[in-house]
Amino acid sequence: MSDKHSTYVPKTGIERWLDARLPLPRLVHDSFIVYPVPRNLNYAYTFGGILTVMLASQIITGVVLAMHYAPDTGLAFNSVEKITRDVNSGWLLRTLHSNGAAFFFIAVYLHICRGLYYGSYKAPREFLWVLGCTNLLLMMATAFIGYVLPWGQMSYWGATVITNFFTAIPLVGNWIQQLLLGGFAVGNPTLNRFFALHYLLPFMLAGVVTLHIWALHVVGQNNPTGVEVKSKTDVVDFTPYATVKDAVGIIVFLFFFAYFVFYLPNFLGHPDNYTVANPLKTPAHIVPEWYFLPFYAILRAITFNVGPIDSKLGGVLAMFGSIAVLFLVPWLDSSKVRSAVYRPWYRLFFWIFVADALFLGWLGSQPAEGAYVVMSQLATLYYFAFFIIVMPLLGLIETPRPLPHSITEAVLEKNKAKGRAPGPEIRHPSEGR
Amino acid sequence: MADLSELENGSAEHTLPAEAQAPVEVDVSSLMPGMSLVVQWCGKPVVVRNRTAKEMTDGQAVNLAELKDPIARNANLPADAPATDANRTAPDKEAWIVMVQVCTHSGCIPVGQQGDFGGWLCPCHGSQYDSAGRIRKGPAPENMAVPVFQFISDTKIRIG
Repeated sequence: MSDKHSTYVPKTGIERWLDARLPLPRLVHDSFIVYPVPRNLNYAYTFGGILTVMLASQIITGVVLAMHYAPDTGLAFNSVEKITRDVNSGWLLRTLHSNGAAFFFIAVYLHICRGLYYGSYKAPREFLWVLGCTNLLLMMATAFIGYVLPWGQMSYWGATVITNFFTAIPLVGNWIQQLLLGGFAVGNPTLNRFFALHYLLPFMLAGVVTLHIWALHVVGQNNPTGVEVKSKTDVVDFTPYATVKDAVGIIVFLFFFAYFVFYLPNFLGHPDNYTVANPLKTPAHIVPEWYFLPFYAILRAITFNVGPIDSKLGGVLAMFGSIAVLFLVPWLDSSKVRSAVYRPWYRLFFWIFVADALFLGWLGSQPAEGAYVVMSQLATLYYFAFFIIVMPLLGLIETPRPLPHSITEAVLEKNKAKGRAPGPEIRHPSEGR
Repeated sequence: MADLSELENGSAEHTLPAEAQAPVEVDVSSLMPGMSLVVQWCGKPVVVRNRTAKEMTDGQAVNLAELKDPIARNANLPADAPATDANRTAPDKEAWIVMVQVCTHSGCIPVGQQGDFGGWLCPCHGSQYDSAGRIRKGPAPENMAVPVFQFISDTKIRIG
């Protein structure tokens, strides 16, 4: 992937033969062994590796689950119960897969926050960021569709409510909804096409993830200082330094994941989804999976008409807009400094944004009435203001703190402050901290 | 409330496969005033209700200027027919309401004989409909839809 100057030297005859025909070992060597990474990467930079592991885990457990699942409205609910009770280790596969989706989202939200905090979307990494946003969209589509497959009450009514919002689109709305459903209401054709798409989308995601990693290896990694790599002392080899650090991050993450899988397997689910789907009865409180709650709150916050846009269409536009605005972040942020470490005001607005997103998530779980609606509207307002007002304006008026001249200088300064001996020998981020 | 919902669920023998899009014939001879049944048509629940005298007079007393959606939304009438109580029913069958029991906001099934207007209340986002199925309060934009239907005899309705 980094094709600038490969240092790979094939050692055996087989490697030489393969290198001349399909240089796969060279690709691995250049991308994951000698690939230079900034020496100051912290644990916030391990979520990329964690996400790769989660995607692989979801695909593997998902493929095996699909061997036992029956995508038919008469059979789906019972086949999921059968997986839990009769299939050997089926309970494990299912809890790994359902909780895996939740932990996939935990990791991706932390990964996005990392990017927003250290300015990882700024030139030359705009396209890397856009590919990441595409991955988020694919993840969301896959997760939403996957939640329909167990054919419980939340599956059914979640699918009904969300597909119904497409009817808000003028002229083609009803046509789009009927195309998604394969009929006038959620039914067997819906379940069949959702199952097919749920099998397809993760592989599309894997494809875009590959492009995301490719783009990353072309532009190189950002780092907590936001200062570009300038010399060889700024970087270390991917292996062993980043490999081992990623492995530590992955193991700690899997520890939390395993705790939920083995001790709280249904904590993140909803009890109503253990009732088989009933097209004639709507549950009293429909809530999406927790990772969609902030967006659900934004959807419901628009209770008023704006000119020709009625509240229903307005809510749909706001919800999709809350994702779409992420794609524009590289061009909305006007600051010349990347990292929030040197941007005191941006740092403040960033943490308010994080609190705001969590608050929206809580509001999404509450009924849409009374004070909750007003709070949702205010929180939605800040969500969009952060991107559309704060990001463009703050870069123009904020005075950033002085930047270090290089990553090496930043690391050595930090060590000096901690009273450790600096030295030209310090090359390892693990020792440098 | 509980007895009514049991009545609605008790009409299971009238339900058809969700994919049925052909016209559905319903025997309504068992419906006394104040009783409803639900059939599935095009995969959606269609409620047939024999309204009480009070429900009819309440529905007829509504001033059309108060309505959020002034259009009848009745597939048997012109598209711009006003949402009078009579236009929500069938000719000479003013007691009867036949409508797709799907909230026009986000597609949930409103619960019958609930809410402030003596009609239907949607559990999802709190939309309230009156005794003629017209939207009166909450986020739903339109009255619940009246499908193409006719009385083929005094006790039989064909929907679709």
